[in-house]
Amino acid sequence: MRERSSRVVKNSPAVGSASAAGGHTVAASSRGRSAARRSRGWISGIIHTAAGDIPMVKTRLSFLDRWGAVKVRCGAGRAGYRVAPGLYAAGYPGRDAPVFVSANYKLSFDKLRAGLNGLDAWILVLDTKGINVWCAAGKGAFGTDELVARLEATQLKKVVRHKKIILPQLGAIGVSAHAVREACGFRVAYGPVRAEDIKKYFADGYKKSPAMRTINFGLKDRMILAPLELVHALPLALIILGIMAVLHLLRFHTLDVGLALEYLPLAGALVAGTLLFPALLPYLPFRSFALKGTLLGLVWAVGSSFFPAFTLFTLIAHVLLLTPLTAFFALNFTGSSTFTSLAGVKVEVKTVIPLFAGSIIAGTAIMILSYFGALGGI
Amino acid sequence: MRLQYLKGVTDLTLDRDLCNGCRMCINVCPHNVFGIEKKRAVLIDKDACMACGACKLNCPVNAINVSSGVGCAYAVYFSALTRKPHFSVR
Repeated sequence: MRERSSRVVKNSPAVGSASAAGGHTVAASSRGRSAARRSRGWISGIIHTAAGDIPMVKTRLSFLDRWGAVKVRCGAGRAGYRVAPGLYAAGYPGRDAPVFVSANYKLSFDKLRAGLNGLDAWILVLDTKGINVWCAAGKGAFGTDELVARLEATQLKKVVRHKKIILPQLGAIGVSAHAVREACGFRVAYGPVRAEDIKKYFADGYKKSPAMRTINFGLKDRMILAPLELVHALPLALIILGIMAVLHLLRFHTLDVGLALEYLPLAGALVAGTLLFPALLPYLPFRSFALKGTLLGLVWAVGSSFFPAFTLFTLIAHVLLLTPLTAFFALNFTGSSTFTSLAGVKVEVKTVIPLFAGSIIAGTAIMILSYFGALGGI
Repeated sequence: MRLQYLKGVTDLTLDRDLCNGCRMCINVCPHNVFGIEKKRAVLIDKDACMACGACKLNCPVNAINVSSGVGCAYAVYFSALTRKPHFSVR
């Protein structure tokens, strides 16, 4: 395995594994390590290769990695959550070690390195502008051109002596395996959808079970996406609060707890559409997200019209306003879901958005009229 | 519980006469739309297709066609407002 040029750094903690590195010199000097740790906690050392120095990454996620994941799931700092594109080493990979390709969204990268724990492998990070594999592939950033260019830029052919690269299966949406082979000779294999299945895929001799190539959308998968739905819906919710505050001020000449009580049904619609909807997705009838959301919105509109006391006016206003609002938030969850198609979403949007808009205009009109007593005693 | 989206909206087609039986479509499809019959691919669950386009892009003999894109309401609003197919692929 070891090449003539190999040189093992004496004080390296990796000496015992140097032969596993198969020709690459492992240097993890204490100075380099601490410097790396200060800048990026997830780098543990450097491997010298014919294509230059390659950072070694930890395959156990730290508290900071996990905290960063929680933050981006809630919408904080998503735009800058990136790693530099290029080659990385997990474990002590050698010239025959497998190569796994990922996006430069740190959440994607972290999932991959955690999935490689206990394996010796190279990681090739593409420049996907900080977007995850699936979304980047859908928009072409995780694509054939970027992959071919990155293989060339990193000189992977000098680092490994095989021609196989393993992509996450969802990368196939942007990458054409036969086109990559024609362009640069590397053979693309599509691995499992989820990085956590990599070890099993590896142990089974690079064979994928049907479960490994199927996308799931279980309760956990759905709820991890829900906080961001809520965050995305907040601006609209705040605009409505602002309008209601102005109307309240015009009528009562003060902003008091009455406004908060008036806003509660709307806040409920926000929670129903963004948090409850993902939770109940498989249990709501109909295939259409808009219809599922309309049903959920109707239940909330009718239910909330009993508080503090039921009136016909409240019922009508709630049904006209809260139903389409809840359904609108629900429809937006198509972007987070794993099984909706563009053609289907187009049909839904074209059909229901005019209806939602009409309902909200009618509801707003009767609310404003009632505010100023124009509707008499309803 | 299996989640299913609208029926009959995808325009996915497979030309079995062109198929060389390489199984790439089965390999890349995340919703198990394809199967194999008599050594050639066949559509076994067309309505599960989310039109991601992975099969079309990776079919070496161009036997598959589908109008691909991202099934996301925001993308649809955006392209309707700007008249740009912002999120669509190729």
